[in-house]
Amino acid sequence: MQEQQLKKQSLEKQKSNVLLEVEGLKTYFYMDNDRVAKAVDDVSFSINKGETLALVGESGSGKSITSLSIMRLIPSPPGKIVEGSIKLEGKELVTLSDKEIRKVRGNDIGMIFQEPMTSLNPVFTIGNQISESLMKHKKMKKNEAYKKAVDLLKLVGFARAEQIVNEYPHQLSGGMRQRAMIAIAMSCDPKLLIADEPTTALDVTIQAQILDLMVEMKEKFESSILLITHDLGVVAEVADRVLVMYGGQIVEEASVYELFTKPKHPYTNGLLASIPNLEADVERLESIPGTVPPAHRFPKGCRFAPRCKHVMDKCYEANPDLLEIDSKHKVRCYLYEE
Amino acid sequence: MSEREKLLEVRNLKKYFPVKGGLLQRTIGQVKAVDDVSFDIYKGETLGIVGESGSGKSTLGRTILRLLDPTEGDIIFQGDNISTLANRKMRPYRKDMQMVFQDPFASLNPRMSVGEIIEEPMVVQNLLTKAERKEKVIDLLEKVGLTSEARTKYPHEFSGGQRQRIGIARALTMNPKFIIGDEPVSALDVSVQSQVLNLMEDLQDEFNLTYLFIAHDLGVVKHISDRVGVMYLGKMAEIGPKTKIYNNPLHPYTQALLSAVPVPNVERKREKIKLQGELPSPSNPPQGCVFHTRCPEAHERCRVEIPELVHQGEEQYVACHLYTKEQ
Repeated sequence: MQEQQLKKQSLEKQKSNVLLEVEGLKTYFYMDNDRVAKAVDDVSFSINKGETLALVGESGSGKSITSLSIMRLIPSPPGKIVEGSIKLEGKELVTLSDKEIRKVRGNDIGMIFQEPMTSLNPVFTIGNQISESLMKHKKMKKNEAYKKAVDLLKLVGFARAEQIVNEYPHQLSGGMRQRAMIAIAMSCDPKLLIADEPTTALDVTIQAQILDLMVEMKEKFESSILLITHDLGVVAEVADRVLVMYGGQIVEEASVYELFTKPKHPYTNGLLASIPNLEADVERLESIPGTVPPAHRFPKGCRFAPRCKHVMDKCYEANPDLLEIDSKHKVRCYLYEE
Repeated sequence: MSEREKLLEVRNLKKYFPVKGGLLQRTIGQVKAVDDVSFDIYKGETLGIVGESGSGKSTLGRTILRLLDPTEGDIIFQGDNISTLANRKMRPYRKDMQMVFQDPFASLNPRMSVGEIIEEPMVVQNLLTKAERKEKVIDLLEKVGLTSEARTKYPHEFSGGQRQRIGIARALTMNPKFIIGDEPVSALDVSVQSQVLNLMEDLQDEFNLTYLFIAHDLGVVKHISDRVGVMYLGKMAEIGPKTKIYNNPLHPYTQALLSAVPVPNVERKREKIKLQGELPSPSNPPQGCVFHTRCPEAHERCRVEIPELVHQGEEQYVACHLYTKEQ
């Protein structure tokens, strides 16, 4: 009896610790000639408060569409969230009206993108773009918002914040623009920061600075991060937990330590083996034959089967479920079925 | 080691681009994209060039192939100085020197079939009969891992990795001796990237090719290269055998660059050397050593005197005042 109660309590505690819960998300794109691209196909995961969750995959795996679905930024038509629920602290986002979701975007959820030049508006000053969201979401007066913008720019590491606030995006370098983007994303003290390939366009020495800054901001603002990337090195460096996506689905889910020390899915193994490693010398790189299938032509059965070196007959018949191996590790593969 | 045969010698190569401005579009400055770079490439080896954006590594590759005219300096290919040859005289050398580009979407003409793309260099150089050319195209397609049906298809029908294979087949058409790869795998997904790297290694063995491999990814360069050069702001900061550069980097920039690379290893966290600030503009590079504004080891001499590449043993050369005595 007592045990049950304890279990219930810990379950509730776990629940209250969950920030974002995605359940059975399906985002499809309806293309011409009646083809349907199942870009995100039955994806479920959650992000805890204060956690950094990485979503890794190659191009076409559905990782960016997952993040855009959370922000409700799927271009519609042709795209549509067909099924599923996305809850931020228990609040359903899928059914919100456009007006209501706008209050969530930029306020509860901040976002930084890969290319800071195309995501900043070239005709407004940096200060203008930071204060815009402050005036909109926090109802600040213009003067107040500008002051806060300067503070934010200092926070993200600009030495001459007073001047930068009046400068335009083209006057800044790539790394500085990404810092400015982070300042905008953090301006309203978001609960969740979605970072879609935030350092892919940057040089390694600048990348290290930006990753540090993201972690620092996360701690300062006590927010969670959903990090979308193809770079497993970046994942190992900043993530707490990892989701590996392939063909619109999660194929492996594990803590970062588990994933890199005991990878299970043949796809994850293949990815890890095909990266030229700085620390080890290999004569010949492993590679995964073939390419990622397009989202409107997934093979029957397991979507990785045609490229898998452990493929069995049944892999071509039905898609395996995401199996829980232990509390920290899930994998979608028949090799691990009892 | 000096017995090795030099294929290419680059001597004090400079490539400056004019900066125009003002009402009359007069030249008001210069971007020193490549500034006094010298090195050799030996037959059959792969020299990797790494650097961040703006370091001049792509300009270096293009200038060596004479796709850009050098401002100063010499490019000596198999003993012949080609740095100032006129286009017509350059033509026979172009057969021997080919390039594979970064973006497999932009570097293939979308209106030409794959067969025409691969055949074109032979048509331009007026080689072989039509039937022989067709045979050669099919042979090349198979060499790079595509089927002969690919000949009649168009670039948009292929994935990024396959297009890069087509780009490689085109580069091989003229039986070149020397291939420059300018970020040839950086637009590809990791699983496909390793396929193309393996292919390039196989072809190197089969055709006895020499590569200049330009990339920003230090892991990729380590994998494919025999020797590695590290560029910073138009200058060669350090060059040497890959084992020396990766295991015993001497230049503070090389050390910082290597430590900044995120490594997919959760068991051993490496100490990072944090560089302050960003790459200065190449139109207004710092005085003295170009790296001194970000260097954790910078001292007075670095602000005034430009360091030369100095031999540090076992073919490792470094341009840094830490390793030279003051005269």
